Amino acid sequence: MVSKIRCAGFGGQGIVLMGKLLAQAGMMQEKHTTFFPQYGAAMRGGTANCSVVVSDDAIASPMVEEPDVILIMNGPSLDKFESTVRAGGWIFYNTSLIDSEVKRGDVKVFKVAANDVAKEAGSTRSANMVMLGAFAEKVGAVSVEALLGSLDVMLKGKGDKIMSVNREAMKRGAALAK
Amino acid sequence: MSEKVLMKGNEAIGEAAVQAGCQCYFGYPITPQNELTAYMSKRMLEEGRVFIQSESEIAAINMCFGAAAVGVRTMTSSSGPGISLKQEGISYIAGAELPVFYANVMRGGPGLGNIAPSQADYFQCTRGGGHGDYRVIVYAPSDVQEQYDYTMLSFDIADKYRMPVMLATDGILGQMMEPLVLHKYKDPGDLPSKESWRLGDPATQEPIWITSVRLGDGELEEHNFKLQKKYEEIAEKEVRFEETALNDADIVIVAYGTSARVAKSVMEMALADGIKVGLLRPITLWPFPEKRIREIAEKVDNILTVEMSLGQMWEDVRLAACGACRVHLHGRTAGGVPEETAIVDQIKTILSSKGDEIIRNF
Amino acid sequence: MERIFTMPEAMKPEQTLYCPGCGHGIAHRLVAELVDEFGIRDRTIGIAPVGCSVFADKYWNFDVISAAHGRAPAVATGMKRGRPESFVICYQGDGDLAAIGTAETIHAANRGEHFVTVFVNNAIYGMTGGQMAPTTLVGQKSMTCQLGRDPAIMGYPIRVCELLKDLPGVAFMARGSVDSPKNVLKTKKYLKKAYSNVLEGKGYSFVEIVSPCPTNWGMTPVKALEWLRENMLEHYELGVFRDCDAEA
Repeated sequence: MVSKIRCAGFGGQGIVLMGKLLAQAGMMQEKHTTFFPQYGAAMRGGTANCSVVVSDDAIASPMVEEPDVILIMNGPSLDKFESTVRAGGWIFYNTSLIDSEVKRGDVKVFKVAANDVAKEAGSTRSANMVMLGAFAEKVGAVSVEALLGSLDVMLKGKGDKIMSVNREAMKRGAALAK
Repeated sequence: MSEKVLMKGNEAIGEAAVQAGCQCYFGYPITPQNELTAYMSKRMLEEGRVFIQSESEIAAINMCFGAAAVGVRTMTSSSGPGISLKQEGISYIAGAELPVFYANVMRGGPGLGNIAPSQADYFQCTRGGGHGDYRVIVYAPSDVQEQYDYTMLSFDIADKYRMPVMLATDGILGQMMEPLVLHKYKDPGDLPSKESWRLGDPATQEPIWITSVRLGDGELEEHNFKLQKKYEEIAEKEVRFEETALNDADIVIVAYGTSARVAKSVMEMALADGIKVGLLRPITLWPFPEKRIREIAEKVDNILTVEMSLGQMWEDVRLAACGACRVHLHGRTAGGVPEETAIVDQIKTILSSKGDEIIRNF
Repeated sequence: MERIFTMPEAMKPEQTLYCPGCGHGIAHRLVAELVDEFGIRDRTIGIAPVGCSVFADKYWNFDVISAAHGRAPAVATGMKRGRPESFVICYQGDGDLAAIGTAETIHAANRGEHFVTVFVNNAIYGMTGGQMAPTTLVGQKSMTCQLGRDPAIMGYPIRVCELLKDLPGVAFMARGSVDSPKNVLKTKKYLKKAYSNVLEGKGYSFVEIVSPCPTNWGMTPVKALEWLRENMLEHYELGVFRDCDAEA
């Protein structure tokens, strides 16, 4: 079983952290996993994105051309990556910031009002956690428990407040998908 | 104690170097290896060791030359354009027989090229790279764990043979994160002492001269024959490769680094179609596993070289096969990563072709 | 009979192969005398650069490394940082220091590296047969400026001390000459200050030595000294350009 996931949004939405949390969670579940950031010559502007592969077997390339799942946090990223998802794959997108609809008919779509739910959890900055929670509950490439565990590793030393808001946002995201 | 962590390939090289006792790191920024320099700027100072962001790659490799001459473990790192600049120093280091480790996180070339992953420095890596009659030992890891492990080994091998040793990796392996077991460095215990030749040591009685200049009649030729003898010993003892499913293979892929990872999934895909694909993965690019490839070429009809360059390793594989079988090429360049389906299609074309036709993907 | 003049212990008992009237022999000796005077021969590392002094290892009786052309300051940096208890002498000519190795020179000075730089300026490339150096004077003829250095085409002779003296990493910077016994002694005084600065950890210390090259200037040794005094010392003013102690 292999899951190829791409996270995309704008700089500041915690896109790289989403990818690292997914990879860390995969590792904690004893799976093979890779994280690969987009790295470019331009430091600002455009979309930020990264790809994660979680697999029961060894992973060939960490680069993802045709993802099984995309987690989309803003409008330009949906425009850019909608066409890349494999037929039958998933598009998760952030309806708090995206008004448009997915045009393709051959993919599954899950809408997440990530910023709004995150605000209720304590901070709009945790919108990425809402998205991850929804994804893990719905698709299950990694578990919500493992993601919560990876938060402890990745956000070590960030303080109890930040940790508890992120945990809460992730749980609420998961609840959306139940 | 072995801790498992999620770590970036570039940082894994840095941590392995710290664990292996690297005392001096000198480097200059270049993508896609920047995380390594950044990591060392913190870790080396935490350990009370030396970190300098040098004024150029040329300065960095010459600082390594100096640090190696006083007998401490030292390294630098860069990507293609910077490695080209370092060649002057690497040649001097080889001539003066000093142990230096350096990593090349390869990107697209020629020229400034691009910053995408590539294996296009194969010629440069495996032919010494600079001027003169010398060799460099080149390790080509294919995952984050190997980048860690072979960095440690590189320091030992550099000390053992007193010569430059290189880690040839690429933008994918440098940038990606993967689970990594952070095992501790273990001193092999039988490395030669540096006390008899290191500079600035009050314990040595006679003045020591470290140089690559040999102007006397026949002096340089004699020295180069001595180096050659060492290289022959290395070619005998230090070749490393991994082989998978070579028995009964219909065709064998030769690929290293990232390309070898792709080749492994090609094997699975092809098997689903009833085609048995074997894999020979060179881990040392120099010394190259030419004997093993020759043996394989005697047994199979077709070898396919898969590389992120346009036929550079292909030349070595053809040399090794020496006409015993057909050697085909799947090459991508400048950020292009070989794709499984395209390789499987090419394999089918190869297996249905006749005579001595050589099939390339471009 | 009483012996009143001997070879320094830091010099090997060899006759130098430098041309008659060359300044390198004196500069080598000054370097070696001070190594003895400070009693640091066992931890001194000299750099033999590319140029005529590539043979310095044959004359100095302490550890020597041969650096690539222009890279001596980087090699010195690596040695000193790798082995802080060593005493490193970065000996360089004008092409080495002020042309191909300008970047390494400026940045080593700017980092305040703890080694002594001895810069022998004879306004010409010696070993390769007399080509124009970055310090070749305006109008001076050489193999690659046969009609004389024309600044409109070839630029001006670089005054290195004046260029580097304001870098904060520099602890001491002076320019001496070996054209007369008096100037030789003065140059030794500058070098002594440079050595003590480095030994006391005060920072980058640099002594330029204006020196004759009769062979490539196409003059007799005596005429070369006259030419040096009349032309080089005009452009390359002698004296101390930076002294962190005087400032303190």
